[in-house]
Amino acid sequence: MKAEIVIIGAGITGVSIAYNLAIQGVKDIVVVDKSFMTSGATGRCGAGVRQQWGTKGNCIMAKKSIEFFESATDTLEYDDDIEFKQEGYLILATTPEEDELFFENVRLQNSLGIPSRVCNKKEALKVVPYLRPESFTSATYCPTDGHLNPFKMTDAYFQKAKQLGVEFLFFETVESIEINNGKITSVTTEKRTIKTNKVVNAAGGYAHEVGLMVGIDIPVYSENHEILVTEPVDKMQGPMVMSFSKNIYCQQVPHGSFLIGRSNPEAKHDHDISSSWQFLDEMAKTVCDIMPKIGELRVIRQWGGSYNISPDRQPIISDVKSLPGFYIACGFSGHGFMFAPMSGVLITEIVLNKPTSLDASDYRLDRFEDKIVTEYEKSVV
Amino acid sequence: MSDKDIIICRCEDITREDIRKCMERGFITFEDLKRQLRVGMGPCQGQTCSELIKRELADFLGEKPDVINTHKTRPLVIGVKLKSIKAGVDNES
Repeated sequence: MKAEIVIIGAGITGVSIAYNLAIQGVKDIVVVDKSFMTSGATGRCGAGVRQQWGTKGNCIMAKKSIEFFESATDTLEYDDDIEFKQEGYLILATTPEEDELFFENVRLQNSLGIPSRVCNKKEALKVVPYLRPESFTSATYCPTDGHLNPFKMTDAYFQKAKQLGVEFLFFETVESIEINNGKITSVTTEKRTIKTNKVVNAAGGYAHEVGLMVGIDIPVYSENHEILVTEPVDKMQGPMVMSFSKNIYCQQVPHGSFLIGRSNPEAKHDHDISSSWQFLDEMAKTVCDIMPKIGELRVIRQWGGSYNISPDRQPIISDVKSLPGFYIACGFSGHGFMFAPMSGVLITEIVLNKPTSLDASDYRLDRFEDKIVTEYEKSVV
Repeated sequence: MSDKDIIICRCEDITREDIRKCMERGFITFEDLKRQLRVGMGPCQGQTCSELIKRELADFLGEKPDVINTHKTRPLVIGVKLKSIKAGVDNES
């Protein structure tokens, strides 16, 4: 088998890259995944999409990606529903430091055209009336943030990519990538060898391992982030409610159920995606503190998924100086789903040697070489 | 009885017709069907639909039902209110 380019990983990032390459006229695109589509982080994520970030790089990626989501059904001619709900994110500040930080963040966001605003307690309670007023100090709100169904969104890209001739190999694991004279020559799975000179590493939680196959030590690691879902109920909450200091995000999806997650500060750097009772305990305490009304809902299921974390919590979307033909889209630090439209566009532009549609220097792999991480994204759960 | 009227997943109101259409779209594992249709993700967690869907998949793929994998079982076994979990924590401490 031969391919112009092989993409490793059929999560939202890999499938978005495949679609974007295909519409630019690239032929013989092959996507390989060791399991089914969205089996990794995409299918496990909270699937919120927000523009309220503390670094410029993340803000711009998010803003442009949300612009894509707004018209994705038409652009991709999708005959199903991506369930896009654009009712904002309400981010709660709970300390004086956060009040100040969020004020600065909103100023940055506004300067980039993101319509976020600072809310006092009264204004926040108008957006979500059942917040316990004593549990926060102020908030920021951006009405164009939202949520969509990660399975349907990936399927929308997948259906279009298939129409455009992209080939997908599921339940096939990449075992090695062969290099000869500093050039990639093939990708080998347990079933076949695919001759190719170009490979995209969109392996999510396993991006580090795929990097090692070609001798590149990408500075990312994976850690388990847990999440739960409640029984579906009638609509009661518009926006995602989030707090970094209280370690929670909580969204009612259009289907009616609530998705509620947090991070574990003691999570090991590994591929664990198991569920713990400690998570349930901590989550229940935080929910009852901030939104006692949500405490009335029954949890019906919990699961875990990998965040693939980079040193500055911003993605790595890059080619590699030492190995032409190898491209990386990883290290999204929990936000690969919401950035996927732009990840696909940027990797395509890099592969085709075109000017990038936004300044991609913030996402380059070599930004870590001098060991100075200039900015650090603090707005992460 | 038409496929439209046969309910396979009663938590999410998914019919046999929905299942068959989704398989024709290329989603031919239980985990795929679950993610596209939410079967097995409702309050009963697949206790009603999983055997039925296993048979549908077997039928579609021309396999025997016992070689079809069903979905991963996840906690919790039954729905529990968040405030009850918190009450449990408070009682222990």
